[in-house]
Amino acid sequence: MFFEPMNFVRNLSYMGLGMLGIFIVMAVIIIVTVALDKLTSKKDGGKSEQ
Amino acid sequence: MEILYENLLGVTWQMVVMWAIGGILIYLAIAKDMEPTLLLPIGFGAILVNLPASGAIEPLTTLFNAGIANELFPLILFIGIGAMCDFSPLLSNPKLMLFGAAAQFGIFFTLCMASMFFDINDAASIAIIGAADGPTSIVVAQKLGSKYLGAIMVAAYSYMSLVPIIQPPVIKALTTKKERQIRMPYVEHEVSKLTKIMFPIVITIIAGLIAPDSVALVGFLMFGNLIRECGVLGSLSNTAQNVLANLVTIFLGITIALQMQAEKFLTLNTLLIIALGLVAFVVDTAGGVIFAKIMNLFLKDGHKINPMIGAAGISAFPMSGRVVHKMALKEDPSNFILMQAMGVNASGQIASVIAGGLILGFFLH
Repeated sequence: MFFEPMNFVRNLSYMGLGMLGIFIVMAVIIIVTVALDKLTSKKDGGKSEQ
Repeated sequence: MEILYENLLGVTWQMVVMWAIGGILIYLAIAKDMEPTLLLPIGFGAILVNLPASGAIEPLTTLFNAGIANELFPLILFIGIGAMCDFSPLLSNPKLMLFGAAAQFGIFFTLCMASMFFDINDAASIAIIGAADGPTSIVVAQKLGSKYLGAIMVAAYSYMSLVPIIQPPVIKALTTKKERQIRMPYVEHEVSKLTKIMFPIVITIIAGLIAPDSVALVGFLMFGNLIRECGVLGSLSNTAQNVLANLVTIFLGITIALQMQAEKFLTLNTLLIIALGLVAFVVDTAGGVIFAKIMNLFLKDGHKINPMIGAAGISAFPMSGRVVHKMALKEDPSNFILMQAMGVNASGQIASVIAGGLILGFFLH
């Protein structure tokens, strides 16, 4: 173990890349899920509010 | 007689401390019902491996090499977890997946924090405690060759069981009573069976193409979910959810304890790892809540989001979703946000695995 405070700043790029990456993957999954639902759902929709 | 003396004299104060730690874990598992399926085997294992000249080390090492060193146990466990996951609330409202992404902020924040004290591979392994997902933590720490697998596992599973204690104060500190009372009418949207079947297949392909290092984790999780949703493998689904998951959990817990030998575990590093794990959970929770609050700035009245559901994106499925639901009921007994919270919670399960894959992508190659 060591103490190197500047490593926090040096590794901030991983924070940015990681969050960007995860939002991109989740956004792709959302788009595909919506498309999948549109392609496979019945025409009547089947929505009801509780 | 001489051998008996030798063994008694072989007991060190560090071993006694580990027996106490094992005892505490067993107590928490039995008396407080905190993740008993894992804390009890880990607790007992901690005692087992800290006896003088313990004969259990060799068989446990064999089990470790057979099931953890090659990441087999956590991946098989993921089949069971996938079979337990109901993604219907998520498929009904896919936008909820954004909260699952936001609530992984703690992982990357903790990565930066941990890098001040540990080399980057150990820092990344510690950060993944914030995935609030045991198998992901094991796979990432093992693949990155972390020396601190035992401490990471104990922190991950302990904090997962402490979600009902850790999350509420963080959520309360970041939200007003008015925000916690926001109602979110649940629009039930019927999801077709074909969508439920296609979802795990498509997610596996997307994860494989975008984040290849996550594909083992995502693939096994989604395989379990496919068994559940296909409708023709009820018996296998039941086995995966119960017998398979239980069997692997028994071996996983006691084998992890191999990493809790006093000389490896009783260090200042362990305390620091446990503290950093808490940071990861707190910042994850805060990330989800703050993201929801930011979204509310752009939403019209009547369409605003109860920011508490952001906290459920931490994973720790399904406990975190239930915690958020209970908090909403406490603020307003007629406000039901269970389905939204469970949807976010399920998305957190997927997002945490993808975060693990991204971490591996950054540091494995």
